[in-house]
Amino acid sequence: MSLELRNVTKRVGADTHIHATSLTLEMGVFNILLGATSAGKSTLIKLMAGLEKPTTGEVWVDGQNVTGVSPQKRQISLVHQFFVNYPNMTVFENIASPLRVAGVAKSEIAGRVEEAANILQLAPMLKRFPDELSGGQQQRTALARAIVKESKAIFLDEPLANLDYKLREELREQLPELLAGRGTVVVYATSEPTEALLLGGKTALVHEGRVTQFGPTTEIYHSPTNIHSAMVFSDPPINQAPVTKRGSEMHLGSQLSWNVTGEAAGLADGEYTVGIRPHHVTPTPPKEASVAFTGTVQITELSGSESVAHLMLGDLRWVSTASGVHPYELGKDHTFHMIPGQCLYFSPDGSLAARGADHG
Amino acid sequence: MAKITLDKLSHSYDPNPSGPDDYALKEIDLDWVDGGAYALLGPSGCGKSTLLNIISGLLTPSDGRVLFDGKDVTDLPPDQRNIAQVFQFPVIYDTMSVYDNLAFPLRNRGVDAARVDKRVMEIATMLELEDQLKTRASNLTPDNKQKISMGRGLVRDDVNVVMFDEPLTVIDPAQKWKLRSKLKELHQKIAVTMIYVTHDQTEALTFADQVVVMQDGIIVQIGTPVELFERPRHTFVGHFIGSPGMNVLPCEVSGGLATFGGHPVELEGRISKVGQKTEIGIRPEYVRLTDSGIPAVVRKAADIGRHTVVEVIAGKSSINAIIDGPPPEAGTQVHLSFDPSQTRVYSDGWIATEVAS
Repeated sequence: MSLELRNVTKRVGADTHIHATSLTLEMGVFNILLGATSAGKSTLIKLMAGLEKPTTGEVWVDGQNVTGVSPQKRQISLVHQFFVNYPNMTVFENIASPLRVAGVAKSEIAGRVEEAANILQLAPMLKRFPDELSGGQQQRTALARAIVKESKAIFLDEPLANLDYKLREELREQLPELLAGRGTVVVYATSEPTEALLLGGKTALVHEGRVTQFGPTTEIYHSPTNIHSAMVFSDPPINQAPVTKRGSEMHLGSQLSWNVTGEAAGLADGEYTVGIRPHHVTPTPPKEASVAFTGTVQITELSGSESVAHLMLGDLRWVSTASGVHPYELGKDHTFHMIPGQCLYFSPDGSLAARGADHG
Repeated sequence: MAKITLDKLSHSYDPNPSGPDDYALKEIDLDWVDGGAYALLGPSGCGKSTLLNIISGLLTPSDGRVLFDGKDVTDLPPDQRNIAQVFQFPVIYDTMSVYDNLAFPLRNRGVDAARVDKRVMEIATMLELEDQLKTRASNLTPDNKQKISMGRGLVRDDVNVVMFDEPLTVIDPAQKWKLRSKLKELHQKIAVTMIYVTHDQTEALTFADQVVVMQDGIIVQIGTPVELFERPRHTFVGHFIGSPGMNVLPCEVSGGLATFGGHPVELEGRISKVGQKTEIGIRPEYVRLTDSGIPAVVRKAADIGRHTVVEVIAGKSSINAIIDGPPPEAGTQVHLSFDPSQTRVYSDGWIATEVAS
């Protein structure tokens, strides 16, 4: 089973919501759409599910062109950010509803509902009504409804966004295992980079109506092919600065320069943008080779296991994150260490020119 | 600005409560110093919103008192408490300009025009809204609308306290970062007492100097982010704070020694009490995969960029470890060692080891 977008675009009036996009999503992997709010994730899901019609291009499911086919006839399931359950039905009836709509034999319904309820740990709640459930249980009911029927594809549009932090953690743990081996294509939209990394699978990065990169999640995290992908896939946002390469040195304004390393040694002299993730800018010297610089600490945040500093490097605002507790004095200059081997260098057109690391 | 005292506060929504279970808030005693940044953190239903409503005056507690600078305000309605509130969803006047929205709370109190202008400009500058002062609020993005809500909460400098109720819920993660830092920066500049209510540990820990963790109507721990992380007083705090949270493992205690699955476990110090249920608490950050120690099998591992989260099974327990370097394959046999200085025993949920002196 696979789901394919072939050169799909979506225009509404003069606005282009989705630029020409081709993407093939397979079953057996967790497919993630990662991007900021209004980047186009929900529109992509609606196009895949048939809730919206592409302006141009085709949608193929399981080797068939389904572009004009209504969502009801596509055998798909959809779970939204906001739990949608029927308030006047019990949990049992809520889960059973797609089976009844599909005309599944009565004798079969109870067994299938119980199976779905067991997987989602809802068995003790089958007789309750949605308003007697916690938020997590309500969303699990919506999920049970999505898995109870046989679908070619399941779309999950930020399904955990409205849940408590810890519940989100729990369901995020369970979801991939729950949906694995169900013989359906799974598509999961999120705006949180860490969530994508924890879910694993494959990720499509969505930025301003374009899929900027698609591949195994950890691989594209470590090797973005363009600056948009690097920006979308970094939390806190990736630090950036204009730099000039002259010979074997990279110059960041007049404040900072370092010897170019890795692939970047082969770059032509000229102007680039350097991108470096916050955890590669550290308050203590890291194990890897680094260059020291002075930054003025503006804001600090302590998240228990991690210290975050927002610092000014000339006019640039950068962020440093490090494990443990680091005493910063606000408004004061502190020494930070930046790892050239972890730098990404982008050309003026935004594409990755070279990495500070070696090939491979 | 004021010091806020909660004195033996409790609340039941049931007019005739018959026992502790009928109370949404069980005896709360708390002192919040003037000018501090505080967070109330806990899951849905822990009582944090009830507490917030009591402080703001929307709810009168069943028992106990609320004091602002020592003055009893328990029976005062919200409008006489001189507080500002920022809610989950932006509360602004769509038809007004950004400037008029920010000026509203001041004009409403008859502040003279020159002073209104000065304050509005100060707040707009801090929030980086100077360029948009003439824009109609209805034309703003959701995060800019919420920024204005925050600005309206902060524009008066005579309030006792500014309260934020899950203010970043509707904001995009990338914007959350900015607004969170902005709020922190604003607090550092204007030093008004702020109370921030959230279920999100990251928001609470990054915003507050001191966090109050609540569960089932009681305060389980009050501490700095570092204290809550380093030495949780209760297994709930250990689990709730940190991602993944603290590992809580069943253990046996006899003769002052703790064992997990028959393996002796070295602790931070002496065990001070033994109740009905004893557990070991160890954060994933302090679990190491080694060549000897407690045997375990890797269940799965996720490379989350900065580090790798590994879940292993030891006996019947699932244990998380945070490690540097590449993720081990599922099924790999490993051994675990716990950093003794970060390993504790909890008795019936509460910490039961003493730090070695």
